[in-house]
Amino acid sequence: MVERIAEHPILGVQEKGRVVRFIFDGKELEGYEGEPIAAALKAADVTVHRYTQKEHKPRGIFCAIGRCTDCVMIVDGVPNVRTCITPLTEGMVVQTQYGVSEKPFNEQ
Amino acid sequence: MNSVNDRSRDIGPFVPAPDDDMLICRCEEITKGEIRQAVHDGMWTMTEIRRYLRAGMGLCQGQTCARLVKGIVARELGVSPAEIEPATSRVPMRPIEMRIFANEAKEEEDYEQ
Amino acid sequence: MKRHDLIIVGAGPSGLSAAIEAAKRGLDVVVFDENEKPGGQLFKQIHKFFGSKEHRAKVRGFVIGRQLLDEAAQAGVKVVLNATVIGLYQDKEVVVKIGEEIIHYKADAVVIATGAAENMVTFPGWTLPGVIGAGAAQTMMNLHGVLPGKKVLMLGSGNVGLVVSFQLLQCGCDVVALVDAAPRVGGYGVHAAKVARCGVPFYLSHTIVKAEGEESVTGVTIAEVDEKFNFIPGTEKHFDVDTICLAVGLSPMSQLLKMAGAKMEDNPRRGGQVPVCDEYGRTSLPGVFVAGDVSGIEEASSAMIEGRMAGIVASEYLGYIEKEAMDGELGSLEEALNGLRQGMFAPENRGKAIEKTEEGIDVSANLLKRGYVADDEIERFPGVTHKKGIHPVIECTQNIPCNPCQDACPKKCISIGSNITSLPIVAPESECIGCGMCVASCSGQAIFLVDEDLGDGTASVTLPYEFLPLPAEGTKGIALGRNGQKVCEAEVMSVKSAKAFDKTHLLTMRVPKEYAMSARFFRACE
Repeated sequence: MVERIAEHPILGVQEKGRVVRFIFDGKELEGYEGEPIAAALKAADVTVHRYTQKEHKPRGIFCAIGRCTDCVMIVDGVPNVRTCITPLTEGMVVQTQYGVSEKPFNEQ
Repeated sequence: MNSVNDRSRDIGPFVPAPDDDMLICRCEEITKGEIRQAVHDGMWTMTEIRRYLRAGMGLCQGQTCARLVKGIVARELGVSPAEIEPATSRVPMRPIEMRIFANEAKEEEDYEQ
Repeated sequence: MKRHDLIIVGAGPSGLSAAIEAAKRGLDVVVFDENEKPGGQLFKQIHKFFGSKEHRAKVRGFVIGRQLLDEAAQAGVKVVLNATVIGLYQDKEVVVKIGEEIIHYKADAVVIATGAAENMVTFPGWTLPGVIGAGAAQTMMNLHGVLPGKKVLMLGSGNVGLVVSFQLLQCGCDVVALVDAAPRVGGYGVHAAKVARCGVPFYLSHTIVKAEGEESVTGVTIAEVDEKFNFIPGTEKHFDVDTICLAVGLSPMSQLLKMAGAKMEDNPRRGGQVPVCDEYGRTSLPGVFVAGDVSGIEEASSAMIEGRMAGIVASEYLGYIEKEAMDGELGSLEEALNGLRQGMFAPENRGKAIEKTEEGIDVSANLLKRGYVADDEIERFPGVTHKKGIHPVIECTQNIPCNPCQDACPKKCISIGSNITSLPIVAPESECIGCGMCVASCSGQAIFLVDEDLGDGTASVTLPYEFLPLPAEGTKGIALGRNGQKVCEAEVMSVKSAKAFDKTHLLTMRVPKEYAMSARFFRACE
């Protein structure tokens, strides 16, 4: 299980937004409002964000600053959302992306 | 004429290599072998490779793989990567939805506050 | 279309510095940055910076970031965030995506300070979740407070790989190995040494054979490479890890300049595709300037000076200051910049194997190969001396531009002299009072206070400690050597914290006196 850093030796206790709930692939998870979706997922031990179109290979966080676009997911119905730079909000619906669809490949 | 532009130069045949299945362009899922083969098909510039294979044409616009592709093309041509002209840079520099791209601000809204 | 005197792209160290200088001189300046927060990479830099006072040495990167933002606000700089510059045209038209709209701006001058992007290397499994850039690890832990992984392998021994490895350790991650295909550690020896003494093994002339795992990383295999970087069969080593961090260099993000038609060159010494520019950031396009990593990969300290230069040059270009005034100010900035570009890691020394220090002392071979100075090498450096009573032992063995230790000592025990890259010298007649200011001031965490004989067969070693939890007085544990291996039993005598130490705590441990010169880190018993 990946952890959040409670107290950092240099940065101290980092300020966070309020706790919000969001839905990841039908499951309810918690995260902090305003943190990147990817951070909330990582803290919940979710590492696979999508499966690629051609090879159906798993991908997750790679650059974490919005450049590489590997962490894209379907957020509130919109595909290709860069989760590493998109702030989490209450009630957000986040789905694993298969190609550019929320449907697994065998259902596409 | 430098060797990168001299298309009459013989670069030899395509020789398969064990790492040809290595993925290079993460977005469009293009392999090293495909890139090497493309060079032997006559694609000697980054722009040609992009158009021919779509390597570097995905969501990230080559942010991750451009340097890797350049290295592979250079090696195949037997030149230094510095001699390979980078692909054309054009708007938009980041992935952007078409509806936003087409949405020119009409009123002068003040975003600078 | 809106008009500004100066538009700056990028609110990192160089962009903000340029904005401050231009706004101070009366220009109407706006800075666009695609990120949610300003400061570029500064807010991920939690170590103390190198250099001298004028380079804000011994101040942590994120604190410098705050200072720059305050300065920018005072100067009247407007910083627009979540504003992605998607285009730059030759007549200085800047196209920006803000919110859900595209907005066109016209500037009379432009500073491009877009920084750099991380390079990557390929190996089977490099696309698996769990293989991340070192920048991603920094972003996750230092901005978002989430551990990037539990067991991490770092590829790359440059300053980024070393600094991020230490940051991972500070967050409680297990760094199982630091790997580099190069035969020598690429970054500062002091950065390597503080990672090595925590017990992280260095594998130089090694690289990744493959990342293992189906859905995400579960392990990694590395192997030794020969001088042509081919794997040597039979040298494979496996590690169970959940994360592989890649720190294999940076490339300038110069695409906007190419788009605008600036003359470009591929310059390996500056990190790749860069605009052709003079030393103050003037490109081939009149009124278009560059600063920071976009024109050549360096440190944040130099990016800030380059930014100031670009801001001043842009001010002169638009007639806000006279040429004479500009020349004067550029002169002193140039001096400061040259100060940072000296020593073993100066741009002209990149990739060179340096065998002797400026003082003519043989460089530690172990430091370059294994990340630490061996016990039989340490005595030859001028900061390492012996005397009765408490005294500093300065394990600074490479010529790097840094001198805070010389100002830190109230008793003037330590001197570097006018040449900022000289190795620090401990004056033999000086009176050390054991205050520890030198220990806390050393950005490289290379200074220790040692009392080699407490009179009861033990010695005390005071070391810089930036971990949590802080062990209490009397805690029993083991002392680790420079190589991260156990040397002896140890007991914590005290842990001193002070505002002036800036989060570097001073841990003093008692060890048998024969280990006074080899015990360099403390680990509490589990």
